[in-house]
Amino acid sequence: MPEVVLEQISKTYQGARGVRHQALTGIDFTVPSGEFAALLGPSGCGKSTTLRIVAGLERADGGDLRIGGRSVTRVPAAERGLAMVFQNYALFPHLSVAENILFGLRSRRVPRAERNARLAEAARQLRLTEQLDRRPAQLSGGQRQRVALGRALVSGAELVLMDEPLSNLDARLRADMRTELRELQQRLGLTVLYVTHDQVEAMTMADRVIVMREGGIDQIAAPEELYARPASVRVASFIGSPPMNLLDVRRDGTWLVLDGAEGDGDRVRIEAAGLLKGLPDELPEELVLGVRPEDLVPGPGELTLPAVRIRDELLGADRLIAFRVGTRTVQVRVRADEHRPGGDRLGARHTACHLFDRRTGARLDARRLVGATG
Amino acid sequence: MKPRTSPRRLPDQVFAYALLVPAFAFLVLFTVKPLVSTVVSSLYDRRDEGPTLDNYRLLAEDEVFRKALVNNLLFSVLTVPVSLALAMLLAVLLQRALKGKALLRAGVFAPAILPVVAVAVIWLYFYQPNIGVINEVLGWFGVTGPDWLGDTALVLPSLMAMMVWKEAGFFMIFYLAGLQAIDPELDEASLLEGTGRFTHFRRVTFPLLMPTTLFAAIVALADSIKMVDFVFVMTQGGPDNASNLLLYYIYRVTFAQHWPQYGAAISLLVIGVLVALAVLQIRLLDRRIHYR
Repeated sequence: MPEVVLEQISKTYQGARGVRHQALTGIDFTVPSGEFAALLGPSGCGKSTTLRIVAGLERADGGDLRIGGRSVTRVPAAERGLAMVFQNYALFPHLSVAENILFGLRSRRVPRAERNARLAEAARQLRLTEQLDRRPAQLSGGQRQRVALGRALVSGAELVLMDEPLSNLDARLRADMRTELRELQQRLGLTVLYVTHDQVEAMTMADRVIVMREGGIDQIAAPEELYARPASVRVASFIGSPPMNLLDVRRDGTWLVLDGAEGDGDRVRIEAAGLLKGLPDELPEELVLGVRPEDLVPGPGELTLPAVRIRDELLGADRLIAFRVGTRTVQVRVRADEHRPGGDRLGARHTACHLFDRRTGARLDARRLVGATG
Repeated sequence: MKPRTSPRRLPDQVFAYALLVPAFAFLVLFTVKPLVSTVVSSLYDRRDEGPTLDNYRLLAEDEVFRKALVNNLLFSVLTVPVSLALAMLLAVLLQRALKGKALLRAGVFAPAILPVVAVAVIWLYFYQPNIGVINEVLGWFGVTGPDWLGDTALVLPSLMAMMVWKEAGFFMIFYLAGLQAIDPELDEASLLEGTGRFTHFRRVTFPLLMPTTLFAAIVALADSIKMVDFVFVMTQGGPDNASNLLLYYIYRVTFAQHWPQYGAAISLLVIGVLVALAVLQIRLLDRRIHYR
C-alpha cells in the first residue's frame, strides 16, 4: 500500500550569480495509505517543489523519501507507481480523449484488450464515454480536468499526486469538482497528495492538511483541528475567512492590556483571570490574543472587550460587523437576522480564545487553557 | 436626443477598402503588374512579333531547360527534407540545458545571416581541388580528392551540401520557437508514464511541430527553386550544365542571350509549378496538422 513518508527532505536551487536559494528545509511528513493529504501554503512556499520531489520530477538534495515502505530517492519517476494530475492538465492537444487516457498504457505496452477494458471503466467513472473521440480543445474546462484524472486512474496507480488541479476552473465548477474528487478518492481508496493555495480546497477535501511556509512546515493536522487549534499566529491568520482577529496584548497580573494605544487614557484593559488560570506561570509578557469573528458576540461574555461598533457588511446569511477595540478593528460575524443591540462590549467564551507567544508566534499550551475553563 | 448620423460618414466596407489602398498599391505595382507584363511578354517572339505560342513550343524541346528542371527537382527533393530533418534534430538537441548552448546556436544560425555571395566564395576555396580544405583533409588520410566543382557527377551534390548547411541553421530557429510553444508539462506527463525519449518525440513533439514543419517546408521549397547565388558565383551552371538550375537559366536566357520573351515563358512555368506544389503541400499536410 502506497504510504508516503518524507524524512528531512531538503532542496536548494542554484540561482543567478551563484546565489543559492534554499527552497525546502528538513521536510518531514507521512501520508498514510488511503488518505487525502493537502499541502497548503502561499505561492513560493515550496509545496509544488515538495510534490515534484515525490513525483520524481526533481531530486532532493538530502533526506529520504519512501513510498510503500521502499526508499525511492533514486528510483526514476516512471517506476514509483504513482500518477500525477498537472495544473494545466498536460493533455496532448493533437490526441483524442481516448488516446490521451491510454497514452501511458501504450508506453507501458499493456495489451490492447486490457487497455480498452480499463479505458471503458475510467470513462464510465468519469462520465466521459460520450467524449472519447473529441480533442481536448473541444472539451469544457471540467471535462479536460476529468480527462487528466482519467489518465491518472487508468494507470492503476494507488498514489495520485495533484498540483493545483482546480485552479483553472471557474468558482462553481471548482465546488462541484471538489465534491467529485473527494468521492472518487474515497470510492477507489486512493492515496492523494494534493497541492493547493486555496484553504477551502484543503479544508473540504483533505483528511490531513500540511501547512507550509517558506520551505518549512507550520502545522500538520486534520482540518477541524487546524481550525480549532492553530499551532501558531501564522496558521491562525492564514486559515479562516475572514481571518482570526489577532490583538497584541501585554500581560499585567490577571489583566491583559491592549498594545498600540498612545496615552494611558486610551489604554484598553481586559479582565482575564479566568483565561490565564491554568496557564504556566512562566508565561511571556507579550502575547497575541486571537478570537475568530464567529466566536465574538455583541454584549458581555466570559471574556469581555470594550468595543465601538463602526460598520456593517451584509454577506447574505451572515452579517460582518466591524468594531473598534482600542486602536484596532475587529471583525464580528453574526447571523444576518440577529438584531442585537449595538452595545459597547464584545464577549467571547474562554474556549474560543487563542493565546500565542508574540515573540515566537507559538500557541500557548492550549490544552490546559481548555481544561481551565471547562 | 436623436442619434446623430453624419451624412459624410463612409460605410464600413468602403472605409475598410480605403485602409487597404496603400497595401493594394504596392501589390499592384510590384506583383500584379509585373505578372501581367510577363504573361504578355511571353506571348511575343524574339523580334517582339506576335502574339504567338512559339516560346512555349520551344520549352518542350529545349534540352538545357529540361536539364535545369531535372537538376532543380533533384536539388529540391533532396535538400528540403534533409535541411528540415537536420534543423529539427539540431533544435531538439540545442533546446536542452547545455553548456555553451548559446554559442552553438549562434554557430548553427550563422550561415543564415552571412551574405550568400561571401559564403559562396568561402566554399569555393573549400572545394578547390589542389589547395581546398576538403581535399587537404582527405590528403591526410592518403585519399586524393576529386575536383568537386569540375566533375559533372559531383557538382550538384556539392551545391546541395552547401544549401543544407545554410538552410538547416535557419530553420532550426523556427523549430526552437516551435518547441518553446510546447507546454513542458507534456514532457513531464510523458516521463511519468515511462515513455521513452524517442517514443515521446514520435508521438508528441513531432506532431506538435507540424505547423512549423509545414511553414518551413514551403519556405525551403521556394528557397531551393530560387537558388541562383551559389551557381552564379561558383559554377555558372557548369560543367556541361550539370549544375544549371531554373533561376540561373532564366537569368542566362533573359540577360546573357537578350531573350526576355523566352525568359518570361520559363518564369511563368516555374511560378505555375511553385504554386501547384504549395497548394499540394498545404492540402496534404493540413489534414494531419493540429493547430493550437
